[in-house]
Amino acid sequence: MELFQYPYMQRALIGALVIGLAAPALGIYLVQRRLALIGDGVGHVALTGVGAGLLLNRSPVLVAVIVATAGAITIELVRARGRTSGDLALALLFYGGIAGGVMLVGLSDSTSANLNAYLFGSLVTIQTTDLITIAVLGAAILLTMLGLRPALFAVCHDEEYARVSGLPVRTLNLLLAVATAVTVTIAMRAVGVLLISALMVVPVAAAQQVTRGFRSTMAAAMTLGLFAAGSGVWVAATADTAPGASVVLMAIASFGVVAVVAALWRALRRRAVPSAAPAAEPHEVVLERS
Amino acid sequence: MTSPVITVTHGVVGYDGRPVLRDVSLSVTTGEVVALLGANGSGKSTLIRSILGLVPLSSGSVTLFDRPLRRFRQWHRIGYVPQRLGAGSGVPATVGEVVASGRLARRGVLRPAGAADRAAVDAALRAVGLADRVRDPVATLSGGQQQRTLIARALAGRPELLVLDEPTAGVDAESQEAFAGALGEFVDGGGTVLLVAHELGPLRPLISRAVVVHAGVVVHDGAVPEPAGHHAEPDHDHVHPHGPDEPAGLWSS
Repeated sequence: MELFQYPYMQRALIGALVIGLAAPALGIYLVQRRLALIGDGVGHVALTGVGAGLLLNRSPVLVAVIVATAGAITIELVRARGRTSGDLALALLFYGGIAGGVMLVGLSDSTSANLNAYLFGSLVTIQTTDLITIAVLGAAILLTMLGLRPALFAVCHDEEYARVSGLPVRTLNLLLAVATAVTVTIAMRAVGVLLISALMVVPVAAAQQVTRGFRSTMAAAMTLGLFAAGSGVWVAATADTAPGASVVLMAIASFGVVAVVAALWRALRRRAVPSAAPAAEPHEVVLERS
Repeated sequence: MTSPVITVTHGVVGYDGRPVLRDVSLSVTTGEVVALLGANGSGKSTLIRSILGLVPLSSGSVTLFDRPLRRFRQWHRIGYVPQRLGAGSGVPATVGEVVASGRLARRGVLRPAGAADRAAVDAALRAVGLADRVRDPVATLSGGQQQRTLIARALAGRPELLVLDEPTAGVDAESQEAFAGALGEFVDGGGTVLLVAHELGPLRPLISRAVVVHAGVVVHDGAVPEPAGHHAEPDHDHVHPHGPDEPAGLWSS
């Protein structure tokens, strides 16, 4: 525990906790509209921004925010047009993004350790200014995702209905795209571009195994994200493992624990009240999850 | 007292150059309950989607409550009930949460839900007979109950016009009755209805006018046509490809 007396470990912990809370709050909307892996794609694009920032001697995170936002808006526009070629357009964008990033980082004569820091995260090198950026942007994401929950839920749940309700559907979609880019960029320092999606998606996937509504899923996912971030940093500090990977593995472990506990609980309940649950439900019940 | 609610003038819609609606004109006035009838692919769903602005007209015009569609902003006056929920999702949502979406047209994006919103959601759920399911995940409801949830969502906004796309397709008898009851209450309260239907079933007594669409044109506009041929047989089981054979509920896809 004494490791947490060092300021760099405190910064790492606070940064991880902010991201652990904000990433699932955004991720739940992405999962709901079946774009769970979009964060991954935006992360690939953000890497080009990092490379450009290093090459131009500008703040890599700042340039990454700009490039990732442009990438996320492009992805949203391709998605909204609903063309069948959208799939391939996204692939071009993703691989172009990561190849461009690797190439630009190479040109900027930074060390390969520098590239690794963005690919896999580098929590312990977070400076106070980085932490302020993470905290401010993280708070903005949280406030937006919680404050606009009814509208964002409606758009992600049934976009046509939202349009007939007169909601500003395009603005809300672009807002989500920008929020994804911002979350990806601040999470980049914690878990790296290759693992960002995990923090957005895994806590949601874990939570929805036991929750019944959208609001409770959101609350549970944020709690699990917070837990994964805190325990992941602690594991990294005590066992001297990579912090980003430890955070993601803790999130996946919590998914496994929730799955086992939920299965046991269902089995126990079925034994306690035989046939109560299934008989009460009509035959065309859908319990499919994907 | 009767004023135009929906007016379509010489509407034409084409997908990829293939005409789906050719020169359709239709008007619905206050208090009418109009059924759009027609076979699969006749263009009846396209017609209501173009009225709601979900499908662009390639020529002709639509007015809603005496305003051109492009300048229409009073969406709280319209309640839309889609055929099913488009993209399903893995994230659970309760019946109450889905129905609460129906209040957004009145409330706007930024204002949080208040007592009036909750009261309207409760009333809408009672109207369709699902008040006791408000906290259940929609995915655990039957297809008919899910359809009633979508109707409650539309009613929660207290609209003046309901637009329904095949509300009773693949819906069990109990839900059809509950649905007809809710629609009857809405009509008694002065509401206007435009619905697409394949078969009218228990809705039949409510319908004041029928419009039959065939191959993209209106071929009948007037009294509800009597069922003919094998459709008239009392035990005729109306099975069609996207109807009762649906393997799962509306929220899966």
